[in-house]
Amino acid sequence: MSAGHSGSATLPERIPVTLTVNGEVRQLDVLPWTVLLDLLRDHLALTGTKKGCDHGQCGACTVIVDGKRINSCMAFAVMKDGSNVTTIEGLAKDGALHPLQQAFIDHDAFQCGYCTPGQICSGVALIEEGRAKTRDEIREFMSGNICRCGAYTNIVDAIEQVIGANGEAGR
Amino acid sequence: MNRFSYLRATSIDEAVRAAAADPTSRFIAGGTNLIDLMKYNVERPERLIDITRLPLNRIEEADGGGLRIGALVTNDEAASDPRIRDRYPLLSSAILAGASPQLRNSATTGGNLLQRTRCYYFYDPGTPCNKREPGTGCPAAFGRNRIHAILGTSEHCIATHPSDMAVALAALEAVVHVAGPDGERAIPLSDFHRLPGDHPEIDTTLRHGEIITAVELPPTDYGRHYTYLKLRDRLSYAFALVSVAVALQMDGDTIADARLALGGVAHKPWRDPEGEAMLRGQPAAEDRFAAVASHILKDAKGYEDNAFKIDLAKRAIIRALSQAAAGTPQSQTDKRIQ
Ligand SMILES: Cc1cc2nc3c(=O)[nH]c(=O)nc-3n(C[C@H](O)[C@H](O)[C@H](O)COP(=O)(O)OP(=O)(O)OC[C@H]3O[C@@H](n4cnc5c(N)ncnc54)[C@H](O)[C@@H]3O)c2cc1C
Ligand code: SF4
Ligand code: FES
Ligand code: FES
Repeated sequence: MSAGHSGSATLPERIPVTLTVNGEVRQLDVLPWTVLLDLLRDHLALTGTKKGCDHGQCGACTVIVDGKRINSCMAFAVMKDGSNVTTIEGLAKDGALHPLQQAFIDHDAFQCGYCTPGQICSGVALIEEGRAKTRDEIREFMSGNICRCGAYTNIVDAIEQVIGANGEAGR
Repeated sequence: MNRFSYLRATSIDEAVRAAAADPTSRFIAGGTNLIDLMKYNVERPERLIDITRLPLNRIEEADGGGLRIGALVTNDEAASDPRIRDRYPLLSSAILAGASPQLRNSATTGGNLLQRTRCYYFYDPGTPCNKREPGTGCPAAFGRNRIHAILGTSEHCIATHPSDMAVALAALEAVVHVAGPDGERAIPLSDFHRLPGDHPEIDTTLRHGEIITAVELPPTDYGRHYTYLKLRDRLSYAFALVSVAVALQMDGDTIADARLALGGVAHKPWRDPEGEAMLRGQPAAEDRFAAVASHILKDAKGYEDNAFKIDLAKRAIIRALSQAAAGTPQSQTDKRIQ
């Protein structure tokens, strides 16, 4: 513990938090400074969500909370009490990959794969937002996800494929 | 990160009382700036007051024809709101020019106004910094200062305010509503952020214990003649080196009235009423725009790495005025500057 703070006797109490993670209700007692990303990885062993920068600058930690994509490194878990969280582990249904997961494979949209869970969660939310139609728009609305390997072109291809397929199905 | 106690406020009153009782406390909303700074030990609050459950998340019609944006409305909600897109497209555009979709989903209207500078030294507790530790000095003035201010600096601090949203709100003459231990008050946006002067550790005129409840946009006749032009080191997900918010009221080819604010150049969104007056009643012509740009930058002071901002700002002003006059605002997705 750092200097200048009271001893462990006065440590703030753990706070009960209930989260629905990938459809499963999870009850935990967390310290107030536990960050959502660390809760997912260290407390729930859901290590699919990655820690890149830990400062909101890369998007590797992107998860979907109550339908919105956010950076899980920039959220305290206590503040998300009662929320519904979807991580990369929750996208496949009954053994079938999410269409965007399949599209990433089809288009070779990753190299090292470290940014991929964040890219896919971000892309899934983007598709649901329904606001990106052109490649320019996909690029802009995926700009919160950095890929150090530079797989961007193929990532845009993968997302475009799913948006296109949805458009077809809707016709 | 330091240890802290946590309170989930259930009323504005409770939040204000808890904050006033503890000078080391901080409100937390989206957390995208405060958590970042706490991870660097730049902010070390001993008590966090979570305000996200307070009923401040609505956008409502204001008395007199304006719009009132609750402090907890997220940046994405504000930018996508049909009323804002229709009546205040400048605000929507400026918000979309900032941060990333993920961050805009968390970031709130109140938190955005109160985000702190991105000065590298401010972020590094291993260095001196008058804003972080008053009296220790300003290493930026003689160090790396590419992202720093060129207008309104003081010998004690040359930091900029990094918000895009605030620049549009300055041009739109928004008003910040706050509640505090002594009641409520309304602060015009231009008086909300301050210049560094002798006290760079104080960013705004908000007092400890006061909570932002809403930002109010006055009714406006500045319809389609607007632009938010943001220039930066990469096309997205980067803070402004220079940005310009413009809203014009056009009468044919003549400018009936003008509002202009600059971002990335000062400790607050920068307005210049004299520069705006030079546009009133004038035809929309490039030589006039150039005269206005020179006027606004006449007292600018460049430092070793950021002197380029003076010319960049002048050109950005001319381009932004041309875009606004023509009714062809800068697209935030197709990044080509027309
Ligand atoms: C990588 C990155 C890139 C970014 N790029 C941009 C950009 O290009 N343009 C841009 O404009 N911004 C950018 N941002 C900043 C982002 O917009 C801000 O972090 C965000 O708006 C802060 O809002 P918040 O709700 O998360 O604030 P918080 O982090 O919750 O709070 C920030 C401060 O405001 C106080 N506060 C919050 N709400 C209230 C209230 N209602 N009343 C009183 N005090 C309050 C808190 O106590 C705290 O001191 C970026 C951020 C990151 C991490
Ligand atoms: S510019 Fe301001 S914030 Fe940056 S080092 Fe100087 S005093 Fe600190
Ligand atoms: S780890 Fe969260 S944005 Fe980089
Ligand atoms: S695939 Fe390696 S960082 Fe994106």
